Amino acid sequence: MSDTVVGANPDPHASGDDPNRRDFIHIAAGAAAVGAVVGLAWPLIDQMNPAGDTLALSSIEVDLSKVVQGQQIVVKWRGKPLFVRYRTPKEIAEAVAGDHADLRDPQTDEARHKPGKPEWLILVGVCTHLGCVPNFGLGEYGGWLCPCHGSVYDTSGRIRKGPAPKNLAVPTYNFVSDTKIKVG
Amino acid sequence: MSGHSTYEPKTGFERWLDVRLPIIRMTYDTALNFPTPKNLNYWWTFGGILALCLGIQIVTGVILAMHYVPQVDMAFNSVERIMRDVNYGWLIRYMHANGASMFFIAVYIHMFRGLYYGSYKAPREVLWILGCIIYLLMMATAFMGYVLPWGQMSFHGAVVITNLLGALPVVGNAITTWLWGGFAVDDPTLNRFFSLHYLLPFVIAGVVALHIWALHVPGNNNPTGVNVKSEADTVPFHPYYTVKDGFAISVFLLMFGVFVFWMPNALGHTDNYIPANPLVTPQHIVPEWYFLPFYAILRAVPNKLGGVLLMFGAIAVLFVLPWIDTSKVRSMRYRPTIRLYFFIFILTCLVLGFCGAHEPADKVIPGVTTFTLGDYDLNTMVWLSRIAALYYFAYFLVITPLVGLTETPLPVPDSISEPVLSHPASGPIGTAAASKKG
Ligand code: HEM
Ligand code: FES
Repeated sequence: MSDTVVGANPDPHASGDDPNRRDFIHIAAGAAAVGAVVGLAWPLIDQMNPAGDTLALSSIEVDLSKVVQGQQIVVKWRGKPLFVRYRTPKEIAEAVAGDHADLRDPQTDEARHKPGKPEWLILVGVCTHLGCVPNFGLGEYGGWLCPCHGSVYDTSGRIRKGPAPKNLAVPTYNFVSDTKIKVG
Repeated sequence: MSGHSTYEPKTGFERWLDVRLPIIRMTYDTALNFPTPKNLNYWWTFGGILALCLGIQIVTGVILAMHYVPQVDMAFNSVERIMRDVNYGWLIRYMHANGASMFFIAVYIHMFRGLYYGSYKAPREVLWILGCIIYLLMMATAFMGYVLPWGQMSFHGAVVITNLLGALPVVGNAITTWLWGGFAVDDPTLNRFFSLHYLLPFVIAGVVALHIWALHVPGNNNPTGVNVKSEADTVPFHPYYTVKDGFAISVFLLMFGVFVFWMPNALGHTDNYIPANPLVTPQHIVPEWYFLPFYAILRAVPNKLGGVLLMFGAIAVLFVLPWIDTSKVRSMRYRPTIRLYFFIFILTCLVLGFCGAHEPADKVIPGVTTFTLGDYDLNTMVWLSRIAALYYFAYFLVITPLVGLTETPLPVPDSISEPVLSHPASGPIGTAAASKKG
């Protein structure tokens, strides 16, 4: 084709030359267009990430005096359930005994509660498999049983059986008084 | 088959339009005069049924959207209002909810038809892949639609399915947070799911157009799998198949009507009439029936990422099937060996669905305890789904390529017209056909 073209623009590569001015304009325009599209795509994607007000996370206080020993209460924290479990000595003993079992996500019971407060277990009530809320007191370890795909947690909230990979998460919290904790 | 048009504009207006927008010509060529193999059986009527299903979902869906409120505090109540107060709201919602199930029944039959008659083989690979894409889009649409009424199953189903992506290494958590628009399934999630649930059916309609385009280039496959050789092998689509499809659609609508009017909640789950509560997961959580086989595959693997990969793999394998299958004979009508494996494959899919509806530790044979193999007793749904999942993949990855290489197919007729005159389903067609070849 190029040999039929007449005018001021001979084939730029005929002699194997470096890119000429016209090539430069093509490359620059193309690069600018790609840059613009990528730059515009990012806002379109990022708008789906948590918005400012969603990110302004709150912390909550939980009154422990409402919990009966051997029971748990469930409160909502950042849209998720939070387990506050008041363990019996037997449950604590079972959890400690479990320290030496063959654990998938090895952790001692000690590391999962505040020092000197083994009776209080505070956990994010979200199964580490696919996010269901495990049911209290069920399963062969007396901890929790997830109704979705059968993950079994012990009385320390550690994964013992089933598809979940990790122990139930312990959130950041501290005791404000003997009967009150602040989570988050 | 495509390319030549026999349309002749009759009126002055048609002639005027034909040189400006030949839309009547296109309709005539694709929907009326399209030459179609004369031996298509009722398994071929599901394409038309599927088109109807999409139409029903779009019409009822647009109407539901006029009354539905995508907001966590109001979504459940707005659906109840549709059911109780909106004029004929109950009818429209039941049509939409059951319509989704009917859509999946039809698409599964349509897909098994394609598998049996080898409709995915050359030159129909692109047609098959477009179909697989439609199926994926349907699953995404139905999943997001099921979240909208914001019942217990809606909510916890959404939690489980979005968490699947969290299994991906490194990027998993960022992706789930991005999908949710927060740190849990919540209002932003519901809003975007509504937006996408409205959008995707129209994307499906677009891919359907490509699907039909890709169909009309090589033309329909047929029960013999033999190419159309001459005009004698075909009949015009209208009136032959418009009438046949019309009859099948009528029967299908009767069944649809039975569900809508007499058992509208049979395919749903009672827990979805309980408003969503993020703090309590229902005792027994199951997806809609059309996802059960994949759900069983997911749970068969005692490893999160492994289960997710295998589940997606179960669909991914469909995309590459045209290149896995080594057999040159299209229709299983002439492949007795693979036919047996294929029927076991259908059974396997049903077994997987059955397992998906039960809890992993449930006994298959009630009351019998055998011995524990690995993590569960052998007589449990988990082990049954493991065996079934193994067969599912073996069918595609081992049996399909091996049987294609080793089997001896029955003699394939020379043309479509031959077995129409002496139906081979009642016995292999004589050696005459074989010796006539070559
Ligand atoms: C491929 C087509 C479609 C499928 C498979 C589908 C599927 C579903 C499903 C399974 C539900 C849940 C029904 C229930 O249990 O209540 C649903 C709800 C809904 N869909 Fe669709 N849908 C489709 C198209 C559409 C379209 C095009 C729209 C709007 C333009 C729409 C609007 C809605 C609305 C507003 C709801 C919530 C009301 C309700 O739950 O009944 N759908 N859809
Ligand atoms: S979500 Fe808990 S086991 Fe799957």
